[in-house]
Amino acid sequence: MAAERTAVIGVGQTKYAAARRDVSMAGLLREAAYRALEMAEKTWSDIDAVIIGKAPDFFEGVMMPEIYLAEALGAVGKPIMRVHTAGSVGGSTACVAASMVQSRVHRCVLTIGWEKQSESNAMWALSLPQPFATSVNAGAGGYFSPIIRRYMMMTGAPELIGCMVAHKDRRQALLNPYAHLHQHDLTFEQVVDSPMLWDPIRYSETCPSSDGACAMVLVDEAGGESHPGPVAWVHGTAMRSESNSYGGRNMVSPAASEQCADDVFAQAGIVDRRAEIDAVEMYVPFSWYEPMWLESLGFAATGEGWRMVESGATELEGGDLPVNCSGGVLSSNPIGASGMIRFAEAALQVMGEAGRHQVDGARRAVGHAYGGGAQYYAMWVVGSGKP
Amino acid sequence: MSGVPAAPRDPLAAPAALAEPMTVPEALSGAEPVESVCTPIRLSYTYTPGRALSRYLRAMADKRILGERCGATGQVFVPPRGVSPLAGSATSEVVELADTGYVESFNITRVPIERRPDLKPPYCSAWIVLDGASVGFLGLVINIAPEEVRIGMRVRAVWKPDEELETSAANILGWAPTGEPDEVITDYARIGRVEASDA
Amino acid sequence: MIDVAVVAFAQRQEAAISGESEVEFMVPLMEQAKAAAGLTQADMGFTCSGSSDFLAGQAFSFVMTIDGTGPVPPISESHVEQDGAWALYEAWVKIQCGGIDTAFVYGYGKSSPGSLRDVLATQMDPYYVCPLWPDSYAVEALAARLMLEGGHVSEARLAEIAARSRASAASNPHAVRADPKSVAEILAEDYAIDPLRPSDLPAEADGGCAVVLAAGDRARELCERPAWIRGMDHRSDAHTLGVRDLTSSASARLAAEHAGATGDKIDLAELCGPFTTSEYLLIDALGLNEDRTAINPSGGALAAHTMMASGLIRIGEAASRIWRGDGDRAVAHATSGPCLQQNLVCVLEGD
Repeated sequence: MAAERTAVIGVGQTKYAAARRDVSMAGLLREAAYRALEMAEKTWSDIDAVIIGKAPDFFEGVMMPEIYLAEALGAVGKPIMRVHTAGSVGGSTACVAASMVQSRVHRCVLTIGWEKQSESNAMWALSLPQPFATSVNAGAGGYFSPIIRRYMMMTGAPELIGCMVAHKDRRQALLNPYAHLHQHDLTFEQVVDSPMLWDPIRYSETCPSSDGACAMVLVDEAGGESHPGPVAWVHGTAMRSESNSYGGRNMVSPAASEQCADDVFAQAGIVDRRAEIDAVEMYVPFSWYEPMWLESLGFAATGEGWRMVESGATELEGGDLPVNCSGGVLSSNPIGASGMIRFAEAALQVMGEAGRHQVDGARRAVGHAYGGGAQYYAMWVVGSGKP
Repeated sequence: MSGVPAAPRDPLAAPAALAEPMTVPEALSGAEPVESVCTPIRLSYTYTPGRALSRYLRAMADKRILGERCGATGQVFVPPRGVSPLAGSATSEVVELADTGYVESFNITRVPIERRPDLKPPYCSAWIVLDGASVGFLGLVINIAPEEVRIGMRVRAVWKPDEELETSAANILGWAPTGEPDEVITDYARIGRVEASDA
Repeated sequence: MIDVAVVAFAQRQEAAISGESEVEFMVPLMEQAKAAAGLTQADMGFTCSGSSDFLAGQAFSFVMTIDGTGPVPPISESHVEQDGAWALYEAWVKIQCGGIDTAFVYGYGKSSPGSLRDVLATQMDPYYVCPLWPDSYAVEALAARLMLEGGHVSEARLAEIAARSRASAASNPHAVRADPKSVAEILAEDYAIDPLRPSDLPAEADGGCAVVLAAGDRARELCERPAWIRGMDHRSDAHTLGVRDLTSSASARLAAEHAGATGDKIDLAELCGPFTTSEYLLIDALGLNEDRTAINPSGGALAAHTMMASGLIRIGEAASRIWRGDGDRAVAHATSGPCLQQNLVCVLEGD
């Protein structure tokens, strides 16, 4: 028996900001949830199950927060689950939510990813004293910069490719009212001149730390067909994980990334990835990951991803494969939501609901997220037409 | 609704259900809203390192570096976790590694980090692949300007003075260039060694 | 629905596993469960696990454990920050989507490095309740007092539950508290947290378990008598204790109904009641008749409560008994949150 066709009929996002002091954790989630329910033309009573995801509990200091959130998320008397797969969690959570419908276990599911890092100290949460290891790496930037250095050596890419990506995403963020960073007058030179933090990563090539939540309502085929508003059909979902340390591991394009992409594109029946995909929302917390993922996801040949960036192919304005029209993780990064935002923005593109950052006539779009030591992956392909 | 153009929504307007202002009793009108409460969370944990890491840390006190070998593939992991991700089984053999290796890749941190006030930026952290190991592990590259560090550069451990040695990975102060010819790197995508070389 | 069965199970529970890291003690269990099914990691269509960072005292703690599965080449995998029973639920749903016919599930936790009673306080409402640092066992004692003073249950009845757990646990090598005690002896215990006595409290344990699921004919190939999952559901109650009726478990009753855990013939039930009071409420909510149904033949969560694995272990214990022919129809249960806030019910049957 084939899986039930599944559709996204509602997307809701909060304004992303360094600190959303105007709302509690529950209030933050409800803001996103209500926007998704409004778009879906549903009420809480229509929801069969709630699937939430976020990164480590230490970020807010609440253990297993689905417990505290049960009332706020309308989950009293209903199933509620909590996914956690590191940075990819927002994407994984969307995949798990989709599986609840694809399996015919539920017909209408609310899924929410969030982080409210201002409630705690994320740097602290990420670096709890671990007595058996030395701490020489300042956060994720220190971990990923050696990988980026290898990519640069491998491809001979010009040094400023990363700055081009950062400048593009920050410009595109200006078209997204929910984006955290709205740097209206940011010039390319300012990006280039911003301080090196984790050489070769500059300050302006890194993601901010944000509060925020992103929600979606997913329904079965009948629900998608009868929905009066726009619909994004799920054409494929995939998750892959691998170890972060073994000899011979491809760190630039990990096997898990490539296999996740192969799986999801096969499900969606996509052969020529660059030609058949109209918009990509990929998880780029450090600018150089855009060319790296372009290669790993098969949009560019190995070593050629940076050329796509350089040619402007990934720009919303004039590019043939616009990437992160929303401004991406580089412009908003509520960690546990960041993956779901990618999935939701992909859905908005094929719904034609992306507002000023809409890719004209987008019919098929990709949402992508990764986490851990570049070892956890989640992807989906959504389309305006039924699969 | 389909076919009828919807009135443009203000994406930042509060959802209808949340748009109504909260009414408060008269007695509270004008009271300053509480925007945050501070709840210190203190939990104390007694960590134990496990078998493999215990052995590794004890050996550190003698200025020895222990790795562990995967019985199925021969790969040697350091620091050892007692498990081979390649086989999904316990590692089968403890291996003593040389305190020399090469820089697989590196990062130059130019901002101070909170818990290491002793580290003055800029400083270089690197994955060091020890001779005899299959994977890189993290260390500081010292006794050289960060800008001069190269992928493939040969390095040797600089240990704390004997009287300061503990059962800690901090016994290695950092990794200093040996001056030997650089390791030849041909594949920049792949890390470590598929087969462990002889130490 | 696609027929899915539990075909292999391995567990370890001890009062404290101090000499081994989580991945070190999980690897043998993972290998044992896979070997029992005659499968390798490469055969698994999906893998899912449950664990908690707050228990481990470090962020992204599950990343340290995934290597135990042997995730090279990469695996299709997910993780829930919930008891492993919810990981099994996610895997069961994944199999229902079609395209795969096996899944590997594990859950683990070490309570011994910290103080579980304090750690669990951080599950409470972060604005109104957690700042008060409620001792999580005292929270259960509040419910117990409501039950006792409201005439819902007697101390003697709770002591009977404790005595039965201890007696059953005597034959369970994984039980942490397995020394038999009579009802009179238990009633003679001083209160630990009035009105709860030491025997009313869970025996905290470190450990974990691993489970293999298989669908249809694959399950029949891998297991002589598969324990078929006939229904599974989970439900939540409100978190705010003040709005709940703590003398019953509405969500457990609802989950049981949706899982189809009704009907006359249930041969055995493995209930994740960490306290005698919670086990009492579960027997009531699931409508179990103790004359017909063997309750917690393993001793249950009272005899060994491994946070993040306790519920999945109940499923494994129930399935094991079906494999052995100790029963034909079983109910397994998992819980999460204070005072049985969230409950999962799984109905298992032999052919």
